[in-house]
Amino acid sequence: MSAVTIFVPRDSAALSVGAEETATAISAEAARRNIEIRLVRNGSRGMLWLEPLVEVQTPAGRIAYGPVAAHRVPDLFDAGFTSGANHALAWGPTAEIPYFKNQERLTFARVGVTDPLDLDAYRAHAGFRGLETAVGLEPAAIVAAVTTSGLRGRGGAAFPAGIKWNTVLRAPGAQKYVVCNADEGDSGTFSDRMIMEGDPFVLIEGMTIAGLATGATQGFIYLRCEYPHAKRALDAAIGAAYARGFLGENILGGGRRFDLDVRLGAGAYICGEETSLLESLEGKRGQVRFKPPLPALEGLFGKPTVINNVITLATVPIILERGAEYYRDFGMGRSRGTLPIQLTGNIKHGGLVERAFGVSLRELLYDYGGGSASGRPIRAVQVGGPLGAYLPESRFDTPLDYEAFTAIKGMLGHGGIVAFDDTVDMAAQARYAMEFCALESCGKCTPCRIGSRRGVEVIDRLVAGNDASKQEALLRDLCETMTVGSLCALGGLTAYPVLSALEHFSEDFHSTLRAAGAQ
Amino acid sequence: MSSASSPNNSTASRRVISIKPERGASLTPQERSAVLAACDRLKALPGALLPILHALQDAVGYVPPDAVPLIARELNLSIAEVHGVVSFYHFFRTSKPGRHVLQLCRAEACQSVGGAALEAHAKHSLAVEFHGTTADGAVTLEPVYCLGNCALGPAIMLDDRLHGRINAERFDALIAAARRRDGATTGGPA
Repeated sequence: MSAVTIFVPRDSAALSVGAEETATAISAEAARRNIEIRLVRNGSRGMLWLEPLVEVQTPAGRIAYGPVAAHRVPDLFDAGFTSGANHALAWGPTAEIPYFKNQERLTFARVGVTDPLDLDAYRAHAGFRGLETAVGLEPAAIVAAVTTSGLRGRGGAAFPAGIKWNTVLRAPGAQKYVVCNADEGDSGTFSDRMIMEGDPFVLIEGMTIAGLATGATQGFIYLRCEYPHAKRALDAAIGAAYARGFLGENILGGGRRFDLDVRLGAGAYICGEETSLLESLEGKRGQVRFKPPLPALEGLFGKPTVINNVITLATVPIILERGAEYYRDFGMGRSRGTLPIQLTGNIKHGGLVERAFGVSLRELLYDYGGGSASGRPIRAVQVGGPLGAYLPESRFDTPLDYEAFTAIKGMLGHGGIVAFDDTVDMAAQARYAMEFCALESCGKCTPCRIGSRRGVEVIDRLVAGNDASKQEALLRDLCETMTVGSLCALGGLTAYPVLSALEHFSEDFHSTLRAAGAQ
Repeated sequence: MSSASSPNNSTASRRVISIKPERGASLTPQERSAVLAACDRLKALPGALLPILHALQDAVGYVPPDAVPLIARELNLSIAEVHGVVSFYHFFRTSKPGRHVLQLCRAEACQSVGGAALEAHAKHSLAVEFHGTTADGAVTLEPVYCLGNCALGPAIMLDDRLHGRINAERFDALIAAARRRDGATTGGPA
């Protein structure tokens, strides 16, 4: 009998709940029973509530078991899980689990399927086909494909990627750069991390295509230092790509050069803002730059620079592989393609759901998420990170679409959804938003640097009932000043969580109402 | 100017009190060689300062304040520029940490599943505030704003390892295990 292939994820979320111990236990138990196995360390399928999710290759496909704690392993062997036998932890074929089956996985097509550091597995699953197409195209044709696809920046700002690339292509300059923004600081987001750990070659491929499209020969991945596991995966993948000619002086034999390095951030949220990130890459304090000049014209070290989020760049290969129209035909309105959505916080089935734009919050929270983890009603969700609005249930039918979220004074951002049950104190959340802005402000502009500190104080006085109506007016006025007067999105968007909490959950801000609610 | 070649400039005949003390004088030999090694290896990189600070903190656990003038000299930057960078970034610390660094997530997703209670437990059981080190030198507690484990919170990172679904009991077990490992390696009491 040939060896049974068993998959145990090496994604850090899976490791955080014991996947390493599970993998060790499976190897030991197989050895003890003289069962020959081939252990593959894949990425995560994104069904994080089932982690560690173990899969067994059978003639009927991959069979899922989860969550498999190390101490359950002998029991699984007893039940015959190496031939896909039934068990209390069995979920049947992974591809048929509704949470997974009902997704449209384009950017995440390989994540959880392959060993992320196995370059041959990457190629066997359509890897580097986008790059092969790009090598045969003129730069303008690559840019045109990205423009036609409708791909918009997935970091949060949703600026059309093709327009940005075209500006860099047309900018004069002997040296140009491609910078990947991997400073994924928003709470409630981890899709960048999952790509970098679960399919790092797709990011390398996307950045190389961006280089070919714009004439840039050097790329940098600016990675947050809170992701050491992703750093290891990227370093290993970049080494393998160089060894096989997918990076370096002669990309796929086409005679063009592209080099790639990983640089670490140092715990500053503001460095997710693109100009601040560029300052940081140059070895300086991460202070925001004035725009113009645009980074596309004067970016890293003053040179024309493509700067895009991880997901944006990792989506480019499939656009080149399948064609711009294929990608564009997913989605709604001006939001084309798919969005990797992260279901997080107080949610029963947290994880990653990649869907075409247009899916509603309610579908995500209940059909996928299964409601709150605590079993209590979901009272509020924050969409789009710490600068995103808090939304009440009356907004749960909003489709995930950039414009639809703008219309309800929210933002989709990087696709993170954080659920809170009815024990949440929304005044405390509003205060935290101001506190976070104060902590992370780069200090360059006054509305953000000072306004956020005054904001904490005003909310404290408001909640204490100290001349509440005056404090509320003051808070609204302060929010307006920060919104229109701040240099970048940090100060400019902090009003979103604050004012949405005040608008939808005003009872939490007024001490008399709070007291009445407590009785 | 001619002052440099003035005949009165002989040091042999008078005592010279230096107004520019030697850079990095208070560093231990190990720290000093870590600074110089990081600079030698990395200073040719464009934007070398952050990689050098990371390499130094990886090697000795922190960025000693007296390393700043030395790095400035090696990179031909002003001391103010290097100090400005070290102080801007939360990750760089300027005092020696404990044997383990514990980063506890304070961000919204972890708040929604009891992050604040875990924070209170951590501070109480370790008897430290944020940025503090336990009396036995085992653990330094740091706040962090998102570890990217938002579906499996509350999350912490102990040294380089991420842990999810942490409650008070799992927290205590992880700390106890870290202390036991210290005891095993140093041969001291657990």
